[in-house]
Amino acid sequence: MASQVNGVDLRVSIGTLSLRNPVMTASGTFGYAREFMPYVNLHRLGAVVVKGISLEPRSGNPPPRIVETSAGMLNAIGLENVGVERFISDKMASLQGIPVPVFVNILGDTLDEYKEIAARLAGVQGVSGIEVNISCPNVKKGGVAFGTVPEMAAAVTSAVKAESTVPVVVKLSPNVTDISAIARSVEDAGADAVSLINTLIGMAIDSRSRRPRLANVIGGLSGPAIKPVALRMVYQVAQAVSIPVIGIGGIETAEDVVEFMLAGATAVQIGTANFVNPRASEDAVEGLAHYVAEQKLGSVRELIGGLILP
Amino acid sequence: MSQFQEKTQIIRIERFASDIVRLTLDSPDITSLAQPGQFVMVRTGNSNDPLLRRPFSISQTSNGKHFQILFKVVGRGTSLLAHCREGEYLSILGPLGQGFRVDCQRTHCLVGGGMGIAPLLFLGKYLSRKCTSNPPLVILGARTREELDPLVNDFNELGLSVHSATDDGTLGHHGLVTDVLKGLDLGPNCQAYVCGPHPMMAAVHLLCKDRGYACQVSMETSMACGMGACLGCIVPVERGGYAHACCDGPVFDAKELLWQVK
Repeated sequence: MASQVNGVDLRVSIGTLSLRNPVMTASGTFGYAREFMPYVNLHRLGAVVVKGISLEPRSGNPPPRIVETSAGMLNAIGLENVGVERFISDKMASLQGIPVPVFVNILGDTLDEYKEIAARLAGVQGVSGIEVNISCPNVKKGGVAFGTVPEMAAAVTSAVKAESTVPVVVKLSPNVTDISAIARSVEDAGADAVSLINTLIGMAIDSRSRRPRLANVIGGLSGPAIKPVALRMVYQVAQAVSIPVIGIGGIETAEDVVEFMLAGATAVQIGTANFVNPRASEDAVEGLAHYVAEQKLGSVRELIGGLILP
Repeated sequence: MSQFQEKTQIIRIERFASDIVRLTLDSPDITSLAQPGQFVMVRTGNSNDPLLRRPFSISQTSNGKHFQILFKVVGRGTSLLAHCREGEYLSILGPLGQGFRVDCQRTHCLVGGGMGIAPLLFLGKYLSRKCTSNPPLVILGARTREELDPLVNDFNELGLSVHSATDDGTLGHHGLVTDVLKGLDLGPNCQAYVCGPHPMMAAVHLLCKDRGYACQVSMETSMACGMGACLGCIVPVERGGYAHACCDGPVFDAKELLWQVK
């Protein structure tokens, strides 16, 4: 019983969905969950989010696609994925057997594409929720426009909500002037929750060759380096909306999870840390149970927005 | 596929040349499952900088308990590993990826360059035990004698003789491994196993293609996870699109890959 690790109540709710605990895995860092089975007891996690799916298969960007930076990494994968048809026929079959709620991350180039993917996934057994990527900074014609204009973000949210029977989480881009405004607009459009932040756009240059280190030139920055920015944005958004906020960005340990929850997150996603320590998500759940017991809290939910201001 | 995340103890550190290091690690779980051509992901420290693990081919196993990695110090991660002490522990994931595919009916030729020699040592040992009727022919190249000698000795200890080539001519042929390969007749049934710098592998692939030899190559790419999640470790393939070096490889049939020879 992972909701009662050592008798501690770790349950949280995202829309109509109840999670055993607030620890999820972030899209694009956990494959289709099977890859992590040698290392992680999946039934110990709150939820997993699978790699972003588009209507048609995408082969992604040329190499090099990833580069390490100070306490972080840049990626320009280019949304490589098998497409929604093969996802449903191949990947979903194996996901149906795993003992943890699965969120499917979706992306598209047009409103109609988002609508169509959501429609294809509606009623597919084993899909517990949808996470809408309106913010991927890696593809030249990707979701950038949707994630940066409140009206567009709202339009995508409405389109996906209209087709979905499961909770819809909208994943926000940090590469905007006012993330709270985007959050409010997707809330008004019916989002069940928001998750943030997606990667920050960055770049790396090789001084010797004078060339960019990524073939795509720019990429998304993730890892511990972005945690303070993510924490600040979660804090702001949590005050701007009344739907649950899922915190993402540089989270590695139970302490990080607690910090994000104090800032207002109902749940969190662990991303880049999965690459460094495949057990990071399960370790965080254990540590969180420890913390809640040690602090003598009735439940983990008491932490949400519990920041004590000066 | 069984994989482990293990805290492994460093039981021996050897230094060849000024910047080449070999670590022997105590890891029964990983060692007992490891196949030639597979690799491990090694954490270089406990801090967030450098953040990511580094991939290393398994270069040798012994007694089902110990395995070795061989590397050149090229950056901060490898520098940290080079400064470890015997008795310290490293976090390792492995064994990872698809290794070399072996058919004892064929004649075998191992072609290694620089640190690419590492996985071929493991393969050489495997072949000399498994395919006893036809020991593999071995061609190794490196910058200098200092770098190559210890590795040649390792092959000699397995009872395998080595054709050497060095950039500076201090050991064996003064030039490239491909020069050596050109001068040998390996018969139509040859299977080459190649690991080394990309241009060397491309040249050996072309030579094998010309002569009708089968050719397997072990690809090195940058990767964040080593287990199929990050999708960073791609190599372009002949049929279009990409394969993932971590789980489709690192060992590929050379003819399946797209070689952009400059």
